[in-house]
Amino acid sequence: MGEKYFIQGNIACAEAAVIAGCRFFAAYPITPASEIGERLSELLPAVGGKFIQMEDEIASINAVIGASWAGAKAMTATSGPGFSLMQEGIGYAFMTETPCVIVVVQRVGPATGQASKGAQGNFYQSRWGTHGDYSAIVLAPNSVQEMFDLTIKAFNYAEEYRTPVILLADELTAHIFEPLEVPEKIEIKERKVAVDYSEPFFDSKDPLKAPPMPRLGIGLNVLVTGSTHNEWGYRATSDPMIHRKLVTRLYYKIEGNAKKICEYELDINDGSKIGIISYGCSSRSAYGAIEILSEHGLKISHLRLKTLWPFPDWAVKELSSKVDTIIVPELSLGQLVREVERASYDKTKIISLTKVGGGELIRPQEIVEIVRRL
Amino acid sequence: MKHYAIKYLREEVIPTPFCSGCGNGMVINALFKALTELGYEDLRNFVFCSGIGCAAWIPSPHFKADTIHTLHGRAIPVATGIKMMRPELNVIVISGDGDLAGIGLSHLIHAARRKLGIKVIMVNNMIYGMTGGQVSPTTPRGIKTTTTPYGNIEKPLDVASIMATMKVPYVAKWTTYHMMPLKNSLKKIINTDKFSFIEVISQCPTNYGRNLGFRKPFEMLKWFKENSIPISKAKNMKEEELEGKIIVGEYLNQIE
Ligand SMILES: Cc1ncc(C[n+]2csc(CCOP(=O)(O)OP(=O)(O)O)c2C)c(N)n1
Ligand code: SF4
Repeated sequence: MGEKYFIQGNIACAEAAVIAGCRFFAAYPITPASEIGERLSELLPAVGGKFIQMEDEIASINAVIGASWAGAKAMTATSGPGFSLMQEGIGYAFMTETPCVIVVVQRVGPATGQASKGAQGNFYQSRWGTHGDYSAIVLAPNSVQEMFDLTIKAFNYAEEYRTPVILLADELTAHIFEPLEVPEKIEIKERKVAVDYSEPFFDSKDPLKAPPMPRLGIGLNVLVTGSTHNEWGYRATSDPMIHRKLVTRLYYKIEGNAKKICEYELDINDGSKIGIISYGCSSRSAYGAIEILSEHGLKISHLRLKTLWPFPDWAVKELSSKVDTIIVPELSLGQLVREVERASYDKTKIISLTKVGGGELIRPQEIVEIVRRL
Repeated sequence: MKHYAIKYLREEVIPTPFCSGCGNGMVINALFKALTELGYEDLRNFVFCSGIGCAAWIPSPHFKADTIHTLHGRAIPVATGIKMMRPELNVIVISGDGDLAGIGLSHLIHAARRKLGIKVIMVNNMIYGMTGGQVSPTTPRGIKTTTTPYGNIEKPLDVASIMATMKVPYVAKWTTYHMMPLKNSLKKIINTDKFSFIEVISQCPTNYGRNLGFRKPFEMLKWFKENSIPISKAKNMKEEELEGKIIVGEYLNQIE
């Protein structure tokens, strides 16, 4: 048994980052993510790491990119408005294969919206926020324990696949206080570092693997550019083949590993005709509803996503093959539901349960009501 | 014997893609002379960060060194991340006026406030060269550009003066006409570990020169020469007399 704590989600995230090996954090304060930076400003100097509050979120993501090339595991944390500002940098990190972690604590938007109120309106932005063809790894915790566990995972995926990874939390998960158990054994992935020219820095024979990453300052004359580049980083801004090769490799490096990256809880109850698909804070509402309904003898199946992107189509299909109806509760005007509609079989009826504003969560009773009316 | 600059260049990417007569080549020349005089055999402990633009192509991919070609305007934050994690490296930012004084100005100001030991070389051709000659925050008043067809009505930003006001330990401004003093200034910032800033007024014959009616690059150099005033002399001159002049020299030197 590991050590137990009773802490806030954002603090669990900060603690996990240090355990995962994070040694650089740059951010700009924003509710409801600020506690992560506050905690790391305390923790990082003690372990030889660096903390910096930058002038804005654009600077933050770019400083993270610089630190990552300097050899550090690096992270930033923000919320909607800051996430919007970071998008160009996220595309750069993807294109240059720069491992880094971006924590996004979702709040009510658009624009400044309702700063301290939780929401789930960044589902699609987390996947398609930057321009061009790319893929994204996005993890979604639903508890303090998962703020911890998935922060570690985010670093591991970032290093393994040499790519930015987004931890898409929400205000509830970030601010709630809950028990946390720090596991005794935690798997930490280290970066595969290039020390010579035996393998190109920007290509890989195995399309499912990231190339080793060189570190600055060791005499390798590393060329990094966000423009289209060949396997050694030389710009090639009009060659169609080089561009196609690069972006398809970067894309399949993630999509081809979807089965490995995707984590979810699929709880299929034999004989149940109704399913729920949820993530983050709304999954807690789903659990509540399932409990109420089971007390009344109604069995419900549930798919709870921990990885949002790549999207686990196959898991949705599996649920869809077992039930007649899928309810999708979410704190947006309907984002996750569109993916569910896309990935499920036509015969399955999809019901969208949406709510936005004020940080009001979906009440379990609201899900129960929908089930009752079916 | 090989040319002294070859040791700093990736031979496979020369010649550079710059237009003939572009000032970027002269900046490279001054920098390599400075490095050679300081005895650097290679660029091993250097990291060059640049943004987007013609000037940003000075190091990337031409320098045989670690080079990071960042997003437009973001060379300084990237350099900040690098320098914080690897303080022993000589981190040099080379970019254009649009990159550093337009889209990236706030980063420059904050870097000047933080005074982390990165060095910034701003190649100021007073225009957006790469995108075809639009007005820049440093374009002088009255100049016609592709986005100021009736002449620029805005006052240009004097970035070196801002840096000096912020007490940046080393601030200098030269033009590509002033190759020797430019080289000497470059030597100083290469050798210091303090935040420093050099502005180089440079010629873009393709997109700027033609707007001024200069057909040949050397005509622009001649114009730089005739319109430059040493900072020591400028101190005793009135604002009206200095309108349109380039004040050259060391604005601040606290590193020696
Ligand atoms: C975010 C963003 N906006 C606009 C551009 C287009 N752009 C590329 S270079 C450039 C201007 C470069 O001007 P400057 O920094 O002065 O460099 P020069 O080409 O004159 O050397 C612009 C606006 C871009 N690449 N990214
Ligand atoms: S457009 Fe101007 S700045 Fe760009 S390479 Fe040509 S001359 Fe130089």
